[in-house]
This record gives sequence, structure tokens and C-alpha cells, in this order.
Amino acid sequence: MAALLASFDFAFLITSVVKIVFLTFLVILPMVAYSVYAERRFSAIIQDRVGPNRTGIPLTLFGFKKDIQIFGIGGLVQPMADGLKFLLKEDFTPKSVNTFYYWLAPALTMVPALMTCAVLPFGSELDFSFLNPMIEKLGGTGFSAPVKSVIADLNVGPLFTFAIASLGVYGIVLAGWSSNSKYPFLGGVRSSAQMISYELSLGLSIIPVLMVFGELNLSKMSAFQDANGWLLLPFWGEGLTAERWVLLVPMVISFCIFTVAMFAETNRLPFDLAECETELVAGYHTEYSSMKFALFFLGEYAAMIIGSGLAVTLFLGGWSIPFWPFFEYVGNMIGLDTAFGWLGSSFQLHYSAGSTPFWLGLLHIGVFFLKVIVFILFFILIRWSLPRFRFDQLMKLGWLFMFELALANVILTAVIMACFTK
Amino acid sequence: MATIIVQRPKLAWHERWFISTLVKGLKITLGHALKTFREIVGGKEKVTMEYPEQKWDANLPSYYRGAPALVTDEQERERCVSCQLCEFICPPKAIRITPGEIPSDDPWAKVEKRPKEFDIDMTRCIYCGMCEEVCPEQAIYLRKDYAITGESRAELMHNKKKLYEIGGKRVGLVNKWNELK
Ligand code: SF4
Ligand code: SF4
Repeated sequence: MAALLASFDFAFLITSVVKIVFLTFLVILPMVAYSVYAERRFSAIIQDRVGPNRTGIPLTLFGFKKDIQIFGIGGLVQPMADGLKFLLKEDFTPKSVNTFYYWLAPALTMVPALMTCAVLPFGSELDFSFLNPMIEKLGGTGFSAPVKSVIADLNVGPLFTFAIASLGVYGIVLAGWSSNSKYPFLGGVRSSAQMISYELSLGLSIIPVLMVFGELNLSKMSAFQDANGWLLLPFWGEGLTAERWVLLVPMVISFCIFTVAMFAETNRLPFDLAECETELVAGYHTEYSSMKFALFFLGEYAAMIIGSGLAVTLFLGGWSIPFWPFFEYVGNMIGLDTAFGWLGSSFQLHYSAGSTPFWLGLLHIGVFFLKVIVFILFFILIRWSLPRFRFDQLMKLGWLFMFELALANVILTAVIMACFTK
Repeated sequence: MATIIVQRPKLAWHERWFISTLVKGLKITLGHALKTFREIVGGKEKVTMEYPEQKWDANLPSYYRGAPALVTDEQERERCVSCQLCEFICPPKAIRITPGEIPSDDPWAKVEKRPKEFDIDMTRCIYCGMCEEVCPEQAIYLRKDYAITGESRAELMHNKKKLYEIGGKRVGLVNKWNELK
């Protein structure tokens, strides 16, 4: 027993648990809740409405005059009220459902969506060595190396994500089938056809990216982009070579295919044929209520967030801060290092393995989520701008256009890369 | 009659492939979003009326159909003679009347009948106005009250007292078709 215990790397275990709790429960889940809120507010202002702007901390319940609005923005407590509502609603199970699969389906949608976030590098690294004296006082050994801001630093990052994310279709299909009702069934069938079709172009679209990186590890990809310019923004480091600029063409194509396929994979409009309200009531989750419905809802948004995270990591530099050579130049010119003595002796905005200052690690995490949020707002804007595709149009687009384009793009990238390596 | 054949607009390739149309659409939605955002932040006039504080009552049209109510005439007499026509015509069967006789020593004895009880179930009423249209005595009118709320079903059962309270007095002989309505 003691030997077994000793064989565990406790520092690794604890940091992993802390990272999992931080990412899923403190970041992704609140983000899911608030992206629902963002969706409602954003769609409201697109349609010249106001949106949910009233829910505050309900002090009126305790006899006060007014509810408190956080930051003066009305309605920021709305997601919590919604969550409470989901918990308190009657959980109704129709009589004719296949109970086991009916209960399994919501979990099967939510869990894969959350699992994929394990490989997302949400920041560079955090140098906790300033905690070492305290830990040593308590009898530990302290941190020997900075902690990487990724739950599992796998060498097959994108493959893992795709493998797990495609499990999400089981949730939808099982929900549609076990509900034993025609609209959910149609929704489930549609969604499985759609997801299988678009997974092809999704997978093929990132092959050119992997060819450019020569790498399947997402954190190393981010580090590469930090040093050599983002894939779509090659303005510094090696990004300034002619090869990268010519490669921009296939990369932009890749990015477009990836984004469109991502929309289809997450069942977002204009590809939300699995739930399309006008035809199928609510599609695959018609028969669900209360928290089980909420799980579908959360699963969809979680998939959206992880998808945005993946797109940001692959194409938009992950956690990297753009144009840092320029900023560093300006920073050193105006003498920021003397003005802010606490920032350390240098004004460093770029990642360097093992010696990234703590504040920069935090900044990187912030930058990553900022990019993800912008991407989600883009998702929302698209949803409220485009009408839904017809199902045959969707299939045609997937099989006759995107698939071929993605294949041709792989060859194009290969040719360009072959031309430049002599 | 001349037949006009409408030509479908010819789409350019970039329109057919959703490229320029996508940009155009995004520009429209984003434009609206930014405009409304500025209005909300700037506290300027908004498109949406914030209901319980701001109301549109002053602009309700004269033919607006709100809650049905009973009225009295200028001598405080109940106009309703409990003929029960409204009860029979009411499509969702929201009205229930218990007719009562007017005792012979009453100044209005010649009217013979008045309702002993008159209930309108507001959980059933569909505000169709049939009762108003059918009433031979101009005793029941649809008022402009629209926010009929209550915390229990019993509260939404408008009884005679409540109906006269909403309705009030209605003077003049036949005012069903005039502006007084
Ligand atoms: S309200 Fe009019 S229609 Fe209804 S019972 Fe009275 S008199 Fe008859
Ligand atoms: S308005 Fe229509 S539904 Fe309502 S009480 Fe009169 S007849 Fe019945």
C-alpha cells in the first residue's frame, strides 16, 4: 500500500484535479450559462429588442425596494434563475419511452462535450514557484517546473477531440429513438446523417493545418503560433517568410471549412435540422423536460464553446497575444519596465518554455477565453442572420462541395509545401 | 388583363454561393445590433416599451375588446334582465347566470327579472365580444381592462359585484352603436 501510494505523483494529481475543477466547473459551465444569456441579449438587440434585463439579486423578496443589478447591467442573474427553474420543474417521463436509453441520452450529449476540453490548452503555463517557500514550510517539495495550463497534454490533441466529440451523436440519436415519438425520431435521424457527413470535412479540413505544424500536440501548436505568427495572421517570427504567406490561401479555406463544419457538428443554425422548431417541434429533445432537457441544452452550448476553443487554438493562435514583438518594442521604448517595477526586469509578452512569468500565464488564459468569447459571439451573430438550410441543400453542400474542397485543399497545401522545401 | 411575368433576379456566382449575401446579411444584423446597443447604453428612446412601467393604454383603439363587465343605467338600475342570451351565445361557456325575480314592491317591478348571480369565468373568456353583441338591453360591455390576473382560480371568477365594479354606469338610451361605447 505504501509503495503504491509512493508511486503516485501527488503534485501531478493535485494540479490535474485543480485544473479539471477550474476549467469545467469554474470556466466552461458558467460560460455555458452566460453564453445562453449572451445569445438572448445579442439576438434581442439584433431584432431591436431589449432582452432579459430585469433579473437581479432578488432583494425584493426580503422586503427591499429594488433588486440589485450586478455592474448595472440588467439581467446578469438570469442564468442562475434559469438554472433554478430547470431544477425545480417537473421531470416528466412519458410512458412509452425506452427508459434506460431515455435516461442515458442527455448524459451522452453533455459528457463528451465536456470531456473534449481536456486537451484544450487554455493558457501557456503558470509558474507557481513563488509558492514554494510556503509549501516547503508545510513539508512538501514545491513545484520544480511551471504547471502547464492544459488538463491532458496529449500528443494526439485534435484526434482525441474528434473521436470524443463524434460520440455526441449517440446522445442525439438515442434521444430521438428512445422517445418513441415521430418528431424526435426524425430529428435524431437527420442529425446522425448530418453529423456523419460533416465529420468528414471537419477532419479533412485540419489536415493542411497539421501539415504546416508537423505536430498533433495542441499546446505545442499554440507555442509555435506564439513564436511564429498565427496561422491566419503571420506577422512576426517565421511567419514573415514567403511560404507562410502563400500558405495563407489554403489556411483560409481550411478555416472556412472548419468553421462551417463546426456549425453543422454542433447543430447550430443554419444547420440545426435536428431540432428545427418550425418542422419538428423541438427535434430530438421534444419529449424531454426539466434537468434532462437542460443537459441537452448545456451540451449544445458546451460543444459550441469547445469547438470555438479548438478553432481558436488551431487557427487564431490559442492563448498567444498578437503582435507582441511590436508591443515589446514599444513597451521597452517608453520604459514600462521602470514604470511598473513589479512586472519584473523585462516587459515580456511572449511565451518561453519554463520561464514565463506568472502574470503572463494568467494573461494568456485571459486572452484565450477572450478569443473564445469573440468566436461565440460570431456563432450567435450567424445564427440570427442566416435562415436554415433545406435538408437536401445541407447534404449537397456537405458531400458535393465541402468534402471535395477539403480534399483539394490538402493537395494544394502539399504542393505549396513541396515547392518551398528544396 | 395583361399578364406580367416577373423575372427572377439573376444571381451572380458569389451570390449563389452565399458569399456576398452572407456578408450583406451580417452587415444588416450587426448594424441593428450596434444601433440598439447604443440606444440601450445611451438610455435613448428604445423600440421596445418596457411593459409594467410604460403602457400603451392611451392608444388603445375604441373597438378594443378587454374584460366583459355589467353596467347600470343612469338611475343605478341594473340593465341586465337575465334573459341569458349571453350565457347561451358565449362560445367557451364562460358565463353562468342565476336569474332572479324582482319583487312586486320594488320600484323596478315592471322589469320583472334581474340576475341573482352573474359569474364570468375569466379563465375561460376569450374576449370575443359575442355577449356584448347579443345583449338586447345593452347591459354587458367589453371594457378596456386587459391585465386580468389573479393568484387563484377563484380570483378569476368575476362575480356580479366585481362585474358592476368594472363596468360602472352607462347613461343614454341605446349606446351600443354610438361613440360612447
Ligand atoms: S347581460 Fe344582456 S344578454 Fe346577458 S342576461 Fe343580461 S340582458 Fe341578457
Ligand atoms: S367576451 Fe365572449 S367569451 Fe367572454 S364572456 Fe363574452 S361571449 Fe363569453
